[in-house]
This record gives sequence, structure tokens and C-alpha cells, in this order.
Amino acid sequence: MRKSVAFGGLLLVFAFLLIAAVNLHGFGDPTNTEMDDYFIHNGQRQTGANNIVTSVVFDYRGYDTLGEATVLFTAVSGVLIALRKEGGEE
Amino acid sequence: MMSKIVRSMTRPLYPFIILFGAYLVVHGHLTPGGGFQGGAVAASAIALLVVAYGGTRMFRKGTLTAMESSGLIVFISLAMVGMATVFFYNFLANGGPIFGEAIFYGPNPGYFNTAGVIPLMNMAVGLEVIGGLGVIIIALGKKAFEVME
Repeated sequence: MRKSVAFGGLLLVFAFLLIAAVNLHGFGDPTNTEMDDYFIHNGQRQTGANNIVTSVVFDYRGYDTLGEATVLFTAVSGVLIALRKEGGEE
Repeated sequence: MMSKIVRSMTRPLYPFIILFGAYLVVHGHLTPGGGFQGGAVAASAIALLVVAYGGTRMFRKGTLTAMESSGLIVFISLAMVGMATVFFYNFLANGGPIFGEAIFYGPNPGYFNTAGVIPLMNMAVGLEVIGGLGVIIIALGKKAFEVME
């Protein structure tokens, strides 16, 4: 009984994944291209950077990079706190 | 402490790893890579030193922590300088005194003196990442060698 229920659930999940896989867009053929076209056509002129990925990461979406930097800072603080010497400061 | 082969190969190799990381950071606005990737590559040199020698005398924890904090502060203050227009405004691009050269649209060989505030931010983030990852690697390595003994 339990096994058949598990098998049925597995089939259900598999069917959903199969439907999603069939309905995928073709490679290089997204639904909305306005954003990509904007970056490709204006990125070089507006930021002066040849590398459009960098111009997106550090200019158009600077907040995201700020968050990443803060995450790294938090990770370092956490590691140093977890591995501190026991009993008193260094 | 690894074998003599690993130690004697680490010594000539690690400056070049740091150099490659610095190249990735400084050319972030022209070639693939950037602050995070270049900093990670440079931190891998510290990891190599820690693994081969069981610790580094060259990179101290205090220096690396200072590098990390100063990198983050420089990054945020560069973002704040553009505050007159908007947070993270690229105030140096296309006409600033440094990195201010304009480029034309389309394929070009890539000129270093472009992209405004982006290379400066790349360097700040690279400094931060090498400091942060280096501190993590040194702290974890120290603890691991303590546990092994």
C-alpha cells in the first residue's frame, strides 16, 4: 500500500516535470527580450564597459553586488566567531 | 605540512596565482571575471600556502581582516558618491578624470581607461573577497591542524 502510494506520487511529479520540459522555450529564444536588448544596445554606451555582465553586476544592479559583499562579510564574521579561542580575547 | 615536492612547487607558483587573480580583478570591465572571481583566485593561493605549509607567515589575519573591511567601505562610499543622482550612479563614465574614456557601440579591442567607477568597484570588491576568503581559509586551516594534532 505504502509503496504504491509512493510510486503514484513519483509518477505525478514525473508527469509535471515532463510537462515543464516539453513546454520549455528553445535555446536563445526567451519570451521577453526587452531587458536583454536594452542592455546589449545601451550597456556599452552608458557605462563604457565592454563586459556587459560586469556593467550589469556593478552598475545596473549594484544593490545585488552590495548584498553579495554583505553576505561575504557576514560569513567571515560568523566563521571567526565560531572558531574563536575559548576563554578571553586573542 | 605536506611533502617536500608540494612545498617546493608551492613556493614558485603562488605569486603567479596572485598575479592572475589581480589581472582578473583589474580587467574586470573588459574580459570575463571581475572582483569576486579574481579575489577567489587570489585566495586560492592562500589556500595552497595553508595546505602546503600548514599556515602562512606572509598573510596575517589582522591584515586580511583590514583588507576586507576597507574594501567594503570603499565599495559603499563609491556607491554613495554618486548619490547626487541615484545610489550606485556611475559618475565617472564617459568623461570623468579617471577611467572616463567613452567607447563606441559594437565590437572593439577594449580600452583599459574606460567604464568609470566599475574598475574601482571591482578593485574594492576584489580586495574584500581576497581578505574575506583568506581569513576564512586561515581560520579553518588553523583549527583543522589543531584538531589533527
